[in-house]
Amino acid sequence: MEFKDYYQLLGLTRDASADDIKKAYRRLARKYHPDVSKESDAEARFKEIGEANEVLKDPEKRAAYDRLGANWRAGQDFQPPPDWNAGFEAPGRGFGGQGPGQEDYSDFFETLFRRGFNEAGAARGGQAGPRGGFHANGEDHHARIQIDLEDAYHGAKRSLSLRMPQIDEQGGVTSREHTIEFTVPKGVRAGQHVRLAGQGGPAIGQGKPGDLYLEVSFRPHPRYRIDQRDVYLDLPVAPWEAALGAQIEVPTPAGSVELTIPAGSGAGRKLRLRGRGIPGATPGDFYFVLQIALPPADSQPARAVYAGMQSQFKDFRPRARLQEGQP
Amino acid sequence: MMNADNRNGVIEVLILEEQQDLTLDELCRACRIEVEQLVALVDEGVIAPQGAEPTVWRFTGIQLRRARVAVRLQRDLGVNTPGAALALQLMDELDELRARLRAMGALV
Repeated sequence: MEFKDYYQLLGLTRDASADDIKKAYRRLARKYHPDVSKESDAEARFKEIGEANEVLKDPEKRAAYDRLGANWRAGQDFQPPPDWNAGFEAPGRGFGGQGPGQEDYSDFFETLFRRGFNEAGAARGGQAGPRGGFHANGEDHHARIQIDLEDAYHGAKRSLSLRMPQIDEQGGVTSREHTIEFTVPKGVRAGQHVRLAGQGGPAIGQGKPGDLYLEVSFRPHPRYRIDQRDVYLDLPVAPWEAALGAQIEVPTPAGSVELTIPAGSGAGRKLRLRGRGIPGATPGDFYFVLQIALPPADSQPARAVYAGMQSQFKDFRPRARLQEGQP
Repeated sequence: MMNADNRNGVIEVLILEEQQDLTLDELCRACRIEVEQLVALVDEGVIAPQGAEPTVWRFTGIQLRRARVAVRLQRDLGVNTPGAALALQLMDELDELRARLRAMGALV
């Protein structure tokens, strides 16, 4: 397993005071809190600093960690010393949310600070175990899911692999992979959350299992842009289609449609298909944004056509607005 | 422990933000908090339910999400209820500004 340099994670040196640790943790927690931060790795960073704080804020755990010595480097392959027998009372699983992401500690943390606790718990009569009289609801789990825009139009079956922590017969913690299948609801939008009832952390005793919340985002699409409920497509048209008008067939995620390009359209003109954006009680709109695609002037006849336009449109001033200083 | 059968049946999937008419109890359960803590959030104006008194309060999925964020901020950052309320208000303003930037084409 990888060694974790908890001091480095909090930007501290090994002689940091308890006050330094608290300040550094609070500052980084504000920066990387997943509800606040827009950094893409915020959740992972937040868990790391939470774990570092969990160890360094506790004098007993910190002392034990310090005894590992100062020569370890982050990421180095690590095995606990043979005489390691900590018996720490780390925050338990399923006792409600005392700590951030308490089910997501690293292997390093689990080995050093958790195993002892589980063994101690079992020795005390297994109060935390399923056979005791103790009941608690499972934790809610949070994850992100990327879907395709088409999934929001039609709904889609998805499967998801989850790692569930389990307490084995020896009281150790193992994780088990299991796969769930569910339907991405039609009409879901980026930033929304789907709740999968009962798919979070396991309950203890008669408690209820937690729920799994998935924050939805769209996989970037090569053609479509998405803004809330509305979907945009840059639509290339030939100069004559824009100038003279045309009936063209164009794709949308809901299938292709016949679109009328009004005569005299310019680049950037938006054509709206009302209600053809992301479906829902208030469906979004679908916009085509016109782009003028020029045929290449790569032959004598083609150049002659452009030259003909040049002499035909002698008074055409494409940059008139720039030159007159208009906005 | 988890009943294995639950894992194999049909999984109920709901879009959180589109849920309506949640009761005080349901909201507390979903946020894993005590009624007092939720009442404090309502008193602070973090969320404003429909209905005159707690027994008839009705919340939306968006309010549920807001309450959860407030609870996590309190737990993880050690802020009190007014502090969480202030953070949420500033986050709303940020979201609004980002949306306006996006509309102006400054953000992708």
